[in-house]
Amino acid sequence: MESTKSTPALSQDGFWSRLRSGFSRVPVIGWLAGGLCAVMVEYFLGDALSYYLGLPKIPVLFGFVTMLKKPLLIPSSAAYVILVYIVPLAAVGLLSAGPANRLAAFLHRRALWLSAIIHLVLLYIIIHVWSDISDYRLLLLKLTMIAIMLTLSINVINGYMGEFSCSHPGFMALGAYSASALTLILFTNDKLFGPALLPPALGPYFFPLALIFGGLVAALGALVVAIPSFRTRGDYLAIISLAFMFIVKSVIENLEFVGGPRGMSSQPNWSDLPTVFAWTVMCIWVINNFVRSTMGKALNAVRDNEMAADAMTVDTRKTKIVTFMFGAFWAGVAGGLFAHVLRYVNPGTFGIQKLAEILAMVYFGGLNSVVGSVVGAVSINLLSEMLRPLELFKWIVIPLLLILVMIYRPTGLIAFREFDVRKILRPKQ
Amino acid sequence: MPLLQVRNMTHYFGGLRAVHNFNLVIEPGEIKGLIGPNGAGKTTIFNLITGIHTPTEGQIELEGRSLIGLRPHEVASRGLGRTFQNMLLWRHMNVLDHVKMAQYSRLGYGLLDAFFGTPRLQREEQRVTDEAMRLLELFDVAKYAGQLVGNLPYGAQRRVEMARAMATKPKILFLDEPTAGMTPEELVQMIGIIRQVHRDFGVAIFLIEHRLKFVMELCQSIQTLVFGEVIAEGPPEEIQNNPKVVEAYLGKEDIT
Ligand SMILES: Nc1ncnc2c1ncn2[C@@H]1O[C@H](COP(=O)(O)OP(=O)(O)OP(=O)(O)O)[C@@H](O)[C@H]1O
Ligand SMILES: [Mg+2]
Repeated sequence: MESTKSTPALSQDGFWSRLRSGFSRVPVIGWLAGGLCAVMVEYFLGDALSYYLGLPKIPVLFGFVTMLKKPLLIPSSAAYVILVYIVPLAAVGLLSAGPANRLAAFLHRRALWLSAIIHLVLLYIIIHVWSDISDYRLLLLKLTMIAIMLTLSINVINGYMGEFSCSHPGFMALGAYSASALTLILFTNDKLFGPALLPPALGPYFFPLALIFGGLVAALGALVVAIPSFRTRGDYLAIISLAFMFIVKSVIENLEFVGGPRGMSSQPNWSDLPTVFAWTVMCIWVINNFVRSTMGKALNAVRDNEMAADAMTVDTRKTKIVTFMFGAFWAGVAGGLFAHVLRYVNPGTFGIQKLAEILAMVYFGGLNSVVGSVVGAVSINLLSEMLRPLELFKWIVIPLLLILVMIYRPTGLIAFREFDVRKILRPKQ
Repeated sequence: MPLLQVRNMTHYFGGLRAVHNFNLVIEPGEIKGLIGPNGAGKTTIFNLITGIHTPTEGQIELEGRSLIGLRPHEVASRGLGRTFQNMLLWRHMNVLDHVKMAQYSRLGYGLLDAFFGTPRLQREEQRVTDEAMRLLELFDVAKYAGQLVGNLPYGAQRRVEMARAMATKPKILFLDEPTAGMTPEELVQMIGIIRQVHRDFGVAIFLIEHRLKFVMELCQSIQTLVFGEVIAEGPPEEIQNNPKVVEAYLGKEDIT
């Protein structure tokens, strides 16, 4: 900005602090522009660059997998990440800060939804281009977004309302099976339910209804846990909800008409990237609206002191029922999407392992926090993929990390934070 | 018709008779006091009337309608606000949200509005916020609006709890030892606040107190409870000089 003449040592000092203050002035839309450039660079130059750097192909996950598999390739993988991601992101972010801030200020004065949609479209383009490089990335992205929905929805119950519920895989299974059953019966020729009843071409339009149906079935199932929660809290409710999860699993295993232990397969591939993205955004938006309203903050009141909540006119039973059903609904929708991403489900998927994953994500990311849930889901998912080459050691590193977080931040990385979209998108100057 | 009438209320916790044959009449705008030694059953009486426990026997009527069997939030919505002896505030919630939350039963929007952030929700949230801010100002805690309750000085926390109770729009306010643990200055301020609430809102008040000076100054009539039974009832001067009260209660500890 200003041209200060100083000694070399000072100027280097000044360089870093100026860089830092420069970064702090980049609004979200500036970072998105940077991200867009980075993925474009990779899209058009990625192959050539990996060739010149001596890499067998474009590193799929920011070079981590390559680095861990072939330590000799660490320098070239690092170079790739710097050239393809860090340099474009930082350069465009910094250089566009001025216009980006003006744009952000312009959008800030307009309706919030307009600004939000523009940011979301940019974000979608970025992940779309990024995932175009390989099917593996596409799958990972979809599963990560589904994990976000699961984490956020369990956060509503375990974080915002503070009940220790373990039934999320059960809710997810109910959603996955109900939505799959509907799409298989109506739109698919498959061996379980026979020929399609409706023209498959209608299917994609109908898919949202199937997902909602899955969510509603899961919400009904949630009553089984919600009603005991009137009288029980803590350990007992944890046990009841755990029992619910196992019951769902073994009921499905014993129901031959949904495939029993073999599961259901050949779901139509309607869980494409835009669909999963749209549902994830919807889930975040609705949950965030709810938990920021006074009606939604009743969850916090019930958690922090139920007797006081009751005495302050809060209908605590209704609040509990609504919370369990609401959380279960989104777990069900996530389950439906999940089934149509993998195009195969079996009861074994929805067991204790899934529960451990979900709990790890929510407690790692942070209770009572939308951003925390997103961070938790994304980081645990990416980490678990990046560390895959470590094989067995992965299951030492990740739990160790969790333990560290639990020691230093018992409520998770980003807990008890309000997610105010308007504040996040505002200009930084 | 009295505002609140309790008749022959008895309550057992298992084999323990916590309250025996309790009667109470509160007229609109009246201030009544309940005193008694530790464990006499004062808080239990509050909990019985506010629906936390259901009495083993007896009737409770608010404006002629029975409260027996109602859940606490229903009793509260009918117009019975309260504070707690050990201030049950919500640890992770800021001061403003406390007072907004107590307007829960009067929120003019439904779940779908909350899910989708409709204009109706925004209008209602604004209204509730404005009302909450007015109460915070009245109780002299507006400057803490955005802070977590745990960060406030003790006296301010007590005032937040009272503002929260008033946000339920009560016809009767139950105060369970509102000055417990307060410094003498805070005590004087609290007397002023209770007087002001009584005057400005025209609310009837039923209060439990340990410090006799405080009860004497505020109440028109006082009941003395010992082992779940009322042993004396009447205006402050009478209670002060009643030999039974002196023996059961006043004689043992410094009550001024
Ligand atoms: N939920 C409960 N279950 C069993 N016993 C209880 C319960 N609540 C209170 N008690 C018992 O009832 C009796 C009256 O208690 P209460 O809390 O009403 O006394 P109090 O007059 O408010 O005393 P303090 O001045 O100490 O607040 C006590 O013996 C107490 O142990
Ligand atoms: Mg008491």
